[in-house]
Amino acid sequence: MSPDGGLRAALASDRFVVTAEVGPPRDADPDVIARKAAALRGWVDAANVTDNQGANVRMSSLAGSVLLRQAGVDAVMQLTCRDRNRIALQSDLIGAAALGVRNVLLLTGDHPALGDHPDAKPVFDLDGVQLVWTARTLREEGTLLSGKPLATRPSWLIGTVENPFAPPAALRARRLAKKVAAGAEFVQTQYVFDVDAFARWVARLRDEGVTDRCAVIAGVGPIRSLRMMAFLTGQVPGVHVPAELERRLRGVPAHLVEEEGLAVCVETIQRLAGIPGVRGVHLMAFGRDDEVPDIVRRAGIRPDRAPTLTPAALQEGRQ
Amino acid sequence: MAVQKPFRPRIPAGLAYALHAVLATNRFYRWLAAYVERRPRLYRWFTAGERAAKERLFGCRMCGQCALPATGYACPMTCPKQLRNGPCGGVSADGSCEVDRTLRCVWLTAWDRAESAARGSDLDLLQRPVDNRQWSRSSWVNYWQGRDETIAVAYSGADPHPPMRTAPAPADRAPADRHRAER
Repeated sequence: MSPDGGLRAALASDRFVVTAEVGPPRDADPDVIARKAAALRGWVDAANVTDNQGANVRMSSLAGSVLLRQAGVDAVMQLTCRDRNRIALQSDLIGAAALGVRNVLLLTGDHPALGDHPDAKPVFDLDGVQLVWTARTLREEGTLLSGKPLATRPSWLIGTVENPFAPPAALRARRLAKKVAAGAEFVQTQYVFDVDAFARWVARLRDEGVTDRCAVIAGVGPIRSLRMMAFLTGQVPGVHVPAELERRLRGVPAHLVEEEGLAVCVETIQRLAGIPGVRGVHLMAFGRDDEVPDIVRRAGIRPDRAPTLTPAALQEGRQ
Repeated sequence: MAVQKPFRPRIPAGLAYALHAVLATNRFYRWLAAYVERRPRLYRWFTAGERAAKERLFGCRMCGQCALPATGYACPMTCPKQLRNGPCGGVSADGSCEVDRTLRCVWLTAWDRAESAARGSDLDLLQRPVDNRQWSRSSWVNYWQGRDETIAVAYSGADPHPPMRTAPAPADRAPADRHRAER
């Protein structure tokens, strides 16, 4: 998809949406983003550009989003409350709109204690819900939080995140409903490894009418090794790998874990596509963006794309 | 500034709700708040008393805009991210905080306490951003004078997107506003 289509157009149509993730580099090399974009172009409707993910310093998500868009992929700029007060957050939101970023994903962010600068001051002047609310205020009311008017309003699509698996389970659907009241139009979720639990969460959203007002995009990704599974469950906040899946991956010989993990990912996508109210998947391939087309192809969710890009053509696009 | 640690309230939720009823705004408290606020030395003593009590009972950080009545009397300002609108996505399956796995997420405590008093829907309120000029000021004086009325708002089918800004902004009536440079 060219940026002219992008996430908004995809969500406006009724097809299954695919987004991916681009982690900006730890240096000033703009070609990293271009290379990642080449692997994804044509296979995803948009890609998120993370904001100092895990509280580790990277190229800014604003710069990364502009570079991604220049490389032909619609960008979803992530913006967290961790490092900026309400002045800087509004400033970056306005700046992103001026530079042509058409989607923003607004979240609280990981605590600095978990990243590469644990000595940093945690800001959290606003929380994720309030940041979504702020974005809606800029766009719909055309004012800053101070009340000062914006002559030209931003027009980005407003997204947020939710973790359906974190306790308290009973509150998680209501918490998304609250973010939708604040202004969220799409939500990308934490990794879904437990499809049944996820389906129960989506059912609650449907009951409350939330899925009519907010597109639910389920987070998925392949577990490539047992080490990675241990990392996901032990180190990444809020990720839950059910015991059944753990047994399945432990049950295959070591050299086949990667293939099995990929198969699980593809099956997960197919099952998610069958849940009413799920509008798409957000593929987090853990730095292996080149795997995204393969997963999309195997899941059969983009029949329109499947035949057109061969691995050779992809290789070409990368150069 | 030390990282906030989730604080477990030292009194049961039922007692806290009962205390709130005793301290609920009436004509006397409104008068008292205005009286105290006009006398800087008295205001300092009053605020010190409030701090001592609420710090001991709730781990109060003196944000000056008390959210306790809407959080089962578990203070959200003791969350390491100071989240006012519910738990983040980093809560572990065992309910521990992502910043300190030995401590229970304060929002889980809030949810349990509010639910136990049939006040779970309090957590659905949209909490507006904190006015950072109110730190170290008395939330009781602010509350009794009606300045907390707009710190949260409910959404509903009839009002699916309540405005974030209030007119006039509650902060504009607060005394700290005298020092605002920009008009």
